[in-house]
Amino acid sequence: MFEDFLKNKKKWLNLKGFRSQIVISSRLRLARNIKDYPFPARANIKQKEKILQELKEIYPQVKEFNPAIFVKMDELDLLDRQFLLERHLVSQEHMTDLRGTGLIISLDEKLSLMINEEDHIRLQVLLPGFDLERMWRLINRVDDVLSEKISFAFLPDIGYLTSCITNVGTALRASCMLHLPALILTKRINKIFELLTKLSFTARGLFGEGTQALGNFFQISNQVSLGLSEKELIDNLYGIVVQIEEQEESAREVLLKKHKNNLEDSVWRALGILRTARLITTKEALSHLSLLRLGLDLGIIKRIKTNLINNLFIVIQPAHLQKIEGRILGEKERDYIRAVFLRHKLKGNLAD
Amino acid sequence: MLCDLCHKNIATIHLTEIVGNKVVELHLCQECSNLKTEEFKDQLSFSDFLTGLVEKREPEEKNFLSCPFCGLTFLEFKKKGRLGCGRCYETFKRKLLPLFKKIHGSVQHVGKSPQQIEPMFLFEKKMRELKDRLSRAVKLEEYEEAAKIRDQIREIEKKRDEK
Repeated sequence: MFEDFLKNKKKWLNLKGFRSQIVISSRLRLARNIKDYPFPARANIKQKEKILQELKEIYPQVKEFNPAIFVKMDELDLLDRQFLLERHLVSQEHMTDLRGTGLIISLDEKLSLMINEEDHIRLQVLLPGFDLERMWRLINRVDDVLSEKISFAFLPDIGYLTSCITNVGTALRASCMLHLPALILTKRINKIFELLTKLSFTARGLFGEGTQALGNFFQISNQVSLGLSEKELIDNLYGIVVQIEEQEESAREVLLKKHKNNLEDSVWRALGILRTARLITTKEALSHLSLLRLGLDLGIIKRIKTNLINNLFIVIQPAHLQKIEGRILGEKERDYIRAVFLRHKLKGNLAD
Repeated sequence: MLCDLCHKNIATIHLTEIVGNKVVELHLCQECSNLKTEEFKDQLSFSDFLTGLVEKREPEEKNFLSCPFCGLTFLEFKKKGRLGCGRCYETFKRKLLPLFKKIHGSVQHVGKSPQQIEPMFLFEKKMRELKDRLSRAVKLEEYEEAAKIRDQIREIEKKRDEK
């Protein structure tokens, strides 16, 4: 399943988004629960099945989900689930308790809806770049349509009711994926994260909560969901991300001015390793690709297309690699195939 | 931790007050703490002024309280950190509100609402909540906050009467 997604021209990391150099992609997520049902963790399988069925009947009436795929998570094999995780269409939590859980994905992958994850409904919009306003209009419209057909658990004074009280209120999580290699190299990142915490924002790794920062990617998102409107939350995120973007840019200037030789050396070595390695792990590949991407942004390397690198960030991950190969691969075999794949994609004459 | 009064600055002054026969903790930033000291002088008149709007508070729920819909107890919630259903929010409201304040710096939703919520239901809920907050604010001697809430209540009542 999902082989077509590999060919998806609109896939989120492949598009040149609005202001896409440092802000790679943005995501808005709304959590909703259905009135008169216990939240998924306390619902029995019958109740969960009923919710699945209800959403299966409703989604075709939502314009934005036309066309879309509806799947039950327990009907997918591990590889497919991993594949969806790597594409940020499901969360890690959605991979564990499979019975009675489902997923709806629009074919362009912009819009997805997890069913019976931590909440009955987790609706998300994921787009390349930084066009938060347009994304809010989209997700808000879909939420409005859903709310005409489903009664949501809601109290006027405390808003949308969610399984975890950290989401109550708007139940909105707005996040941007940022590529911040220069802030890491100049060791300025921690100061920025300290500041973020004070402003009630948080930074996470590539795959959200509790994950490690791979390839110098960070997800910046709001921590507060109550007491501010959706618009305010989104505007605040926008303001903060713009500032981090500026910090990253100034760190890049410092690197170019004061440590040019070191920087160029690192970038070219990264390319060298990617072009010659015979075994390479995802983690190592991501860190070299990150430097390569920085080199491209700064014009140190010119003849490689940014889109190619963006795409490699995604497709060198374990499940993608196996999808491309069309078979299950062991860990060592994956490291070998990954190296072959990278050598092939990045080959060129050494003078470029 | 954010200041209990302005919800903006970091609280640097931590007070423990005894209100009625209960211990109440108050966390304030420098600015609000100065303000509060000044307010203290006018306390009596302020308090009289507000009591007319405050309804009697029900006695505190017992600890073994459980949700009538899903059966979750507050103890279970404390252990797992997750609520069981929408009704839990009403059942444990009094215990949850201080948590909301700590996590979100607020107890009031200001975002969108589902389109089908009935206006009257909305009104009653809102009123009940505001009066609850007002009485809490008075107890905590947050008079500025209380005055704001009082104005909100009047505003809403006025709007309803106009309809």
